[in-house]
Amino acid sequence: MKVLCAMSGGVDSSVAAAELLADGHEVVGVTMRLWGGDSDTGCCSIADVDDARRVAQQLGIDHLVFNFTDDFDRHVVEPYVDAHAHGLTPNPCIECNRHLKFARLSERADLLGFDVVATGHHARIVEHDGHRYVARGADAAKDQSYVVHMLPQRELARTLFPVGHLTKAEVRRRADAAGLRTAHKPDSQDVCFITHTGGREQFLGDRIPFRPARVVDADGAEVGAVDAVELVTIGQRRGIGLPGGGPKRYVVDVDVAAGRVVVGDERELYTGTTRVTTMTWAASVASGDVLVQCSAHGDARRASAHVDAESGEVVLDWAEPQRRVAPGQSVVLYDLGDERVLGGGIAR
Amino acid sequence: MYLDHAATTPMRREAIDAMLPFLDQQYANPNGSHRFARQARAALDDARELVASVLGCAPGEVIFTGGGTESDNTSVLGVVAARGGTAVCPSVEHHAVLHPVEHVHGRVVPVDRSGRVDLEQLAAAIDRNVSVVSVMAVNNEVGTITDVAAAAAVARRSNPEVVVHTDAVQAASWLDLRTITPHVDLLSLSAHKFGGPKGVGVLVARVRARFEPLLIGGGQERERRSGTQNVAGIVAMAEALRLADHERETERVRLTALRDRLVDGIAGRLDGVMETVPREHKVAGSAHLCLQGVENEALLFLLDEAGVCASAASACAAGAMEPSHVLAGMGVDREWAAGALRLTLGRTTTDVDVDRAVDAVVGAVTRIRGHASGALADVTTGDRR
Repeated sequence: MKVLCAMSGGVDSSVAAAELLADGHEVVGVTMRLWGGDSDTGCCSIADVDDARRVAQQLGIDHLVFNFTDDFDRHVVEPYVDAHAHGLTPNPCIECNRHLKFARLSERADLLGFDVVATGHHARIVEHDGHRYVARGADAAKDQSYVVHMLPQRELARTLFPVGHLTKAEVRRRADAAGLRTAHKPDSQDVCFITHTGGREQFLGDRIPFRPARVVDADGAEVGAVDAVELVTIGQRRGIGLPGGGPKRYVVDVDVAAGRVVVGDERELYTGTTRVTTMTWAASVASGDVLVQCSAHGDARRASAHVDAESGEVVLDWAEPQRRVAPGQSVVLYDLGDERVLGGGIAR
Repeated sequence: MYLDHAATTPMRREAIDAMLPFLDQQYANPNGSHRFARQARAALDDARELVASVLGCAPGEVIFTGGGTESDNTSVLGVVAARGGTAVCPSVEHHAVLHPVEHVHGRVVPVDRSGRVDLEQLAAAIDRNVSVVSVMAVNNEVGTITDVAAAAAVARRSNPEVVVHTDAVQAASWLDLRTITPHVDLLSLSAHKFGGPKGVGVLVARVRARFEPLLIGGGQERERRSGTQNVAGIVAMAEALRLADHERETERVRLTALRDRLVDGIAGRLDGVMETVPREHKVAGSAHLCLQGVENEALLFLLDEAGVCASAASACAAGAMEPSHVLAGMGVDREWAAGALRLTLGRTTTDVDVDRAVDAVVGAVTRIRGHASGALADVTTGDRR
């Protein structure tokens, strides 16, 4: 097949390209330029593009650079800022995958005559009952099925994850054996458009006005204050102006419009039900018992899912009370075997 | 089909032959005091006289540099360093001028829809505090010719002391430089744009153009550009310039016809094609089109696959295509600018190249537009996120 392999300059996508070549595919590498602003960790630094290009040269394949900065601003950065302005806790990496790494790139690939797009994600694509599903990668500790959960059938049919069946250690071993310059490059961790020096606070502060808020307990009594309600997240303990000592208290609710942050003890942080909006389903609407993951590196917990006919939202009744999911976070449903992604959406 | 001659044009065989002895047997440093050095020095002096004769200036006014960017940088930064004040240029200058002007907090003057500087605004921007004004002779992206003599006259009416620089990097193959040099104080050339090697250029500096050198050290080039001269490159550049000057008129006529055939061929077979600049304002070898409903990254890939080497705008450090500041300055709508295509012809271009390029462009654009309407159809049937 003719494969367009997204190469970030990291070890996973380097080995992905090498694996594709070894499998006999015709491969072209591409690095997407996504973020035009300051960056120190992200996938868009010139050093990373250099790494991707050098690996491509070493493998003897062409390397392209696509400028998707406008799309990235529109589909990732602006919604990220907007979500924080509304007191939500967004996951920009998922929106980047949804809109850039797959939709935008695979449409471009299709136009240019490529059969499929490949990435270095630690996830697999499996077939089950005549449908394709995203499935967990072979390395449980590095599994990225959560961040690519939203891929629809059409996208799954034209996507490859060439390292999804490998452990990270094996990926590095193969990179080393092939003499790839990225073999020992550290994993990228953080949101690519936010710098270590400035952080989330500075990034958002440059773009939206922060509003102060009162911190109250469950009875409405004022117990503290914050300067920027937009930076407060459910479950947070520090930085909300509470005096030291006494029982641990957590943020259990954030109301941006009212300028109010509610704190409570750990018990109040737990809930029996979570509602999920804007669901996308892999194949068909799932209901009944499922496993649910609510953060990139969290465990999957058991819940019973059903669609609320009135709102169209998915209601998750947890088998055991769970910590509240911060509104804006992605919630991903897996089958009871904890392998296949059934669908996912955004916590309300 | 190589249609990217404005990016660089292949070296002339004669220029390669001229430089080889200086890479091999005649390796001496021209600034030495032995017989080998004197041979190299003679070659350097010959080259300087040859360049001066094509440019219409005195040999002592020719400074050999490391290329167009160095000549442009020296002109803006060097004059401001020597005389204080600030700099002025049109918005569509090459970044080698624009960024130094911005660096000295200079002023940027708007251009018309063809990319020619607005002379009234130029006059208004130049006051006593402006020590240097830079106006390019030929735009590298869209091929627009600017009347440098007129711009220089306007500038000097505003401030008789102002130093006038022109970036003539894209002009050497198309315009008689003798008609430009007398009107300016500083002029930049780059060898690889007219059949010489990369990494060597010229800065013409008239006596009145006092500037601080960018490179100081051994005092070569009469203390105006230190560093051992690139003798081989300079000899090759001089030979290439001589030949370009000699063949200019016949090449201009030949390539005007080919350019017209190229543009007419594309525009005749596709809708939604805009000639960015009317041909009467452009140099012969330049075709610049804006193609509606086309993303030039995709277009360049498909053209590359079809064997056509073309370009769009400049690329960033990472190699990604950047929106063109030239088209933005000319007021070209962003949607049209996204489909910018530059095809530039040169000495090696043939009519067969042009006909194949027409087919390739028509094929690629048709495919891209067909794909876009297919994607649109998906939206209407709901088969999309």
